[in-house]
Amino acid sequence: MNSILTNRWTKAVLFLICLVPAGVLIWEAITGGLGSNPTQFLEHATGDWTLRFVAITLSVTPLRKILGQPQLIRFRRMLGLFAFFYGFCHFSIYLTFDQVFDLHGIWADVMKRRYITVGFTGFVLMIPLALTSTAGWIRRMGGKRWAMLHRAIYLTAIAGVIHYYWLVKSDVHLPLEYAAVMAVLLGWRVYTHYAKPPRRAPAAIPARKEQTSVMQD
Amino acid sequence: MLVKRSPDLKYSDVTPRDIYLNRRKFLYGMGLAGGLAMAGKSLVDLVSPPVRAYASTKLQGVSGSPYNTTEKITAEQVVTTYNNYYEFGTEKDQPSKNAQKFVTSPWSVSVEGEVAKPRKFTMDEILKLAPLEERIYRHRCVEAWSIVVPWIGYSFSTIAKLVEPNSNARYVAFESYFDRKQMPLWGLAGIGLPYVEGLRIDEAMHPLTLLCMGMYGETLPNQDGAPVRMVIPWKYGFKSIKSLVKIKFVKDQPPTTWNITNAHEYGFYSNVNPKVDHPRWSQAREVRLPGYFKITPTQMFNGYGDLVASLYNGMDLKKNY
Repeated sequence: MNSILTNRWTKAVLFLICLVPAGVLIWEAITGGLGSNPTQFLEHATGDWTLRFVAITLSVTPLRKILGQPQLIRFRRMLGLFAFFYGFCHFSIYLTFDQVFDLHGIWADVMKRRYITVGFTGFVLMIPLALTSTAGWIRRMGGKRWAMLHRAIYLTAIAGVIHYYWLVKSDVHLPLEYAAVMAVLLGWRVYTHYAKPPRRAPAAIPARKEQTSVMQD
Repeated sequence: MLVKRSPDLKYSDVTPRDIYLNRRKFLYGMGLAGGLAMAGKSLVDLVSPPVRAYASTKLQGVSGSPYNTTEKITAEQVVTTYNNYYEFGTEKDQPSKNAQKFVTSPWSVSVEGEVAKPRKFTMDEILKLAPLEERIYRHRCVEAWSIVVPWIGYSFSTIAKLVEPNSNARYVAFESYFDRKQMPLWGLAGIGLPYVEGLRIDEAMHPLTLLCMGMYGETLPNQDGAPVRMVIPWKYGFKSIKSLVKIKFVKDQPPTTWNITNAHEYGFYSNVNPKVDHPRWSQAREVRLPGYFKITPTQMFNGYGDLVASLYNGMDLKKNY
């Protein structure tokens, strides 16, 4: 297991896998497989993949700790950047086909329509995270501040689910499924943050100090 | 236009030929006595599960209509695979898959309420009441997409006049078929069922208001509201109720499904109006399917203002959305 996780090719393979949804959509667009309303199809597909990648990114830390596989951290940045990539595609499709580059119209939508307000907020919050995702920025900002900033992904996750919930007309079961996944992922963090390790006798070795590496959250 | 119609359109004209023949073979096989002894319904059940009884049967003797738009007709494939029919699933591609086995024969529509002569019409009768016309209408969904469909039917007023509405009949209430067994996804629809709709009597009696039995030269596919539906081209698509089983002339404004679900977003009138936004999106533009760009300007009353605007003289259409 560990050898797979540390293999230098694993990341490249994962990168290609993450591109598959985009590749499939492009292929379907070329071959006419997007159905009767291609723009809506693309908007829904890229929206779905944004939420999925946010969820996958948020599951890296719990999986590392639960499975005891610290090496998983190698992939988190890339997964997070793919969440941003699909969010960017989602927004770009709306910009191009729905609003036809009418920036005025977009701003009116953002201000007026709460599901767009919240979705747009979730997307904008990912921009600084994408920009500061390099090792250089971690150094420049200092680990603690960098980690603080990158907790904004929690807000993106919540905003994304609300965006979806508010946009459907009546059938909310899919947004609720995403809500449940995000609730587990964020709930786990709340739980591990507040759950106190059981008290040991004073003579025991001091409780293992919480690792404070910036890559932990 | 010359109307050529066989005066005695029979059930067998409507049932797809292969199925009809199958039924005959089946009857021979059973022995005529045995066949007759069976209840009519169970016979239909035996024969019909794998078929779309009224779908895909050519309608003969259809004439043109002065109401036709000259805009390009949307490809049939686009129209029949992109449907809002929540009883068969809320995703657009679900009804065309899940409604395949929907049994639409035998079928009858009850016309009742504030009328002198309430009665039930069988599909045979409905198809014979008046010459069928092809009406090429723009169809604008509240979700800001649009299509151009060659519907087949005749003005709703034809059937309404037969039952003689009385002076109490100020509105018409419509009800869709609903069957949990045939519509297993009904529980996910998020709307109350059966689906109900309504029109003011003058809207219902307007010649544009179509009682629709077909499209693209054939009977309606199940996912598009077989075997009989309404089409009101100047209103958002959800007003055009599918798979009609009941028409009731009533005194008071009837409840309507989307208005019950979310009154803030869906009014009773729901006339197409580019100036009144849906709370969650603009109605100023629409995407003409299967296009990508939402660049078609939405027209007041979906472009039928010349014919219907007078119905709403003096009404505040922002308030009565």
